[in-house]
Amino acid sequence: MITALRERMSGLKSFQRGIHPPHRKKYSESVPIELFTPESNLLIPMSQHIGPPCKPTIKPREEVTYGQKIAEIDHPISAPIHATLAGKTAMIAVTLLPGPGGRRCDAVPIKLASDGEALPPDFLAQFLDRNWDSVEPTSYDPEEIIQKIRAGGLVGMGGATFPTYFKLKRNPDQPVDTIVLNGAECEPYLTADHRLMLECPEGIVCGLMLAKHAAGAQRAIIAIEENKPDAIEAMKKAAQGRPDVEVMVCAAKYPMGGERQLIPAVLKRVVPSAPKGLPLNVGVVVVNVSTAHGIARAVVKDLPFTHRVVTVTGLGVKKPGNFLTPIGTSFKELIETCAGGVTDQALKVLAGGPMMGPTVPSLDVPVTKGVGGITVMIDAETMHREEQPCIRCGRCIDNCPLYLSPTKIAHAVKHGDYDLANQYDMQACCECGCCAFVCPAQIPLAHYIRAGKNEWNHIQVQRKAANK
Amino acid sequence: MSDAPDAAKPIPLPVKDAGPRGFLVSSAPHLASGATTQRIMFDVVIAMLPLLMVAIYMYRFSAIVLTVITVAGCLAAEALANKLRGRSLASLSDGSAIVTGMILAFSLPPAMAGGSKFYMAFIGGVVAIALGKAVFGGLGNNLFNPAMVGRAFLMICFPAVMAMWTPTAKMLPEETEELALSKGVEVSALTQADVDAITTATPLYQAAKVSEYVAKANAEPEKAEKYQQKANEIRDKMPGLWRLTIGNVGGCVGETSALLALICGLWLVFRGIADWRQPLALLVTVIVFALITNAINSERFAGPLYHLTSGALMFGAFFIATDYVGAPVNPWGRLIFGAGVGLLVMLIRVFGTYPEGFMFAILIMNSLTPLIERWTTPTPFGGHVEA
Repeated sequence: MITALRERMSGLKSFQRGIHPPHRKKYSESVPIELFTPESNLLIPMSQHIGPPCKPTIKPREEVTYGQKIAEIDHPISAPIHATLAGKTAMIAVTLLPGPGGRRCDAVPIKLASDGEALPPDFLAQFLDRNWDSVEPTSYDPEEIIQKIRAGGLVGMGGATFPTYFKLKRNPDQPVDTIVLNGAECEPYLTADHRLMLECPEGIVCGLMLAKHAAGAQRAIIAIEENKPDAIEAMKKAAQGRPDVEVMVCAAKYPMGGERQLIPAVLKRVVPSAPKGLPLNVGVVVVNVSTAHGIARAVVKDLPFTHRVVTVTGLGVKKPGNFLTPIGTSFKELIETCAGGVTDQALKVLAGGPMMGPTVPSLDVPVTKGVGGITVMIDAETMHREEQPCIRCGRCIDNCPLYLSPTKIAHAVKHGDYDLANQYDMQACCECGCCAFVCPAQIPLAHYIRAGKNEWNHIQVQRKAANK
Repeated sequence: MSDAPDAAKPIPLPVKDAGPRGFLVSSAPHLASGATTQRIMFDVVIAMLPLLMVAIYMYRFSAIVLTVITVAGCLAAEALANKLRGRSLASLSDGSAIVTGMILAFSLPPAMAGGSKFYMAFIGGVVAIALGKAVFGGLGNNLFNPAMVGRAFLMICFPAVMAMWTPTAKMLPEETEELALSKGVEVSALTQADVDAITTATPLYQAAKVSEYVAKANAEPEKAEKYQQKANEIRDKMPGLWRLTIGNVGGCVGETSALLALICGLWLVFRGIADWRQPLALLVTVIVFALITNAINSERFAGPLYHLTSGALMFGAFFIATDYVGAPVNPWGRLIFGAGVGLLVMLIRVFGTYPEGFMFAILIMNSLTPLIERWTTPTPFGGHVEA
């Protein structure tokens, strides 16, 4: 109650409801980005975006160079995949994905070339290169930007992995007037975006300007949570001299980084409910910090999406930090080489942060385009108690940023009544987990809703098949 | 999306390549606020402790006896119900039975502790849990507020005791003198037993009587003077606002001090345990209702402050109407619930035969809760999902 009042008085950009989980960013927020080059093989999954998985375009035992395209599919909702290090491919394998539900997909293994040849020299310095001020976004043709973003294999790096080009493509029916750079990083523990904003703000701003030009937007907003004052400063400095850019300071509140919370917070526009409603419906496109950086690299330097900054953190690793990691590296090698390995108390390994990150059963999963962090939690950090009966305290309803009734949806899903769950707008849920966070009865509400959505989609597919 | 066909086929878990070390697989979020049912319940108990202290100050031993007995009755019923349903006794520790027992004790007349009547309180506690909660499936499933169910049961079974009001131990000097005069002894010779033995009228009973006499005076003009005189007599005896506020008046064990109930209730609200919606809607409704009736006929109807400070109102607004299970969960539903309780309380107080109607108001609104929830299903932030 007091926090809500303080937020309202402070003039920070915010949204209604939501929660204040512990930040726990101190483990890794002051550790500069380091380059990580694995020594064992890469395993590059073919399904790293929302949409149908890519098909390999190379043969087994073929030499590939850094950045060479190795897979694509002819579908609008897709992004090609590139060799993230030079080497030689092997037979297609199957890998577990670091996502919910233990999904598996095909993957291309790459045996790395001998030392020093796998990656262009000075890769880290080049990645964090800060000389972007000379780039004039308007000198590019919007269509050219879109093509380059598509060829670069960029997807939303906040975790949704929606192909970036598709969001930015101009659509005469739904013009975009504002582009929002999502630097909220509201997920506890994670600091990858924070570090990137500190170490390469110019690149991010350049990518944002390119995206703005491509989408035909008139205005760009950089939204950062108040708990990253150094990043706010760096981004303000980098944005100086660029036209129509504004840095907005948001309250440090979860889930500020969700599109449906960020847009009302900075623009006071309400995005229609999922699954049909999109930010595009209100003339807004939200781009993640890392994605914007990738856009600048893809458009100006023609470099594909091969590496991303991954935060390895939590009390379960010995040396937390932020690592520039090639896609396809196994969690195991990244954690063991860079973060000093997991401690004996390590209990859970999350692909992402603790609010939305799914657990992985073992460390033999590859880093994909959507993995912004690996959180290794020990028992004392996390919570798992037995589910108790709902006492109808209404906290899940009071804290749901989408004004849903999580307890009602969960009850309906528990009893297999998906139509009732849909009456309570189950499909609109963004699975942020605020409801389960506040639940005094330890009911895994977000889990029930996720399960219900999956089951409902499954039923829809079956119904369609039966009607054919 | 397009992943769905894949998801439909169950894929066996990769047992072979699970690696040297497996990790716990669980669903996000992996953090929790730390709130538990038990902590909520004990916070409510803590908020009621100051009220218990005042009750002990006012009614001495009776308050403790009643509280202990009803809580014991509730715990016994909970244990028995768990045994019968083949469940563990772990739910005894969640504190909900203790809260029910305390609220029930606070809404009983202190006279029930006297003589051998305390078995009634025990029965009340047992019925509250057994018929109010256990039969519906235990915690979270009851339709009605268990404490109010227990009280209603006692009201039906022992109506005489339930309407027996003893004066507080802290009586005014002139009242003590009056008592001594009637007994024919010196003031100093009065014993606690003497005080306990007499009965008094609750402020609400007095208000109801005044209202009745004024109504009669209006209806029968020939006897108007007589009735008017009676009304005035009672009105002279009615306690002032200050006595009502601090609770030095006859009434139920925990319902006397409106000021302390307000403070403890506000503490619960600031702790985020009680919702502010029910008390606010309830108090506003009561004030508006009292203002209107008082404006129509100030002789017959008491003003808003008298209503706010007397009876169960303040205690009930913060501790009974905010009970989670029987009230709606939707924000607007809670406002409607609170306003409904306030309206019913005032209707019963002003026009009904009972001087106080909090229990009935809660039980009636509990029964309307499913309907209120249906009316107030919240609209998602971005509007309802398109079919």
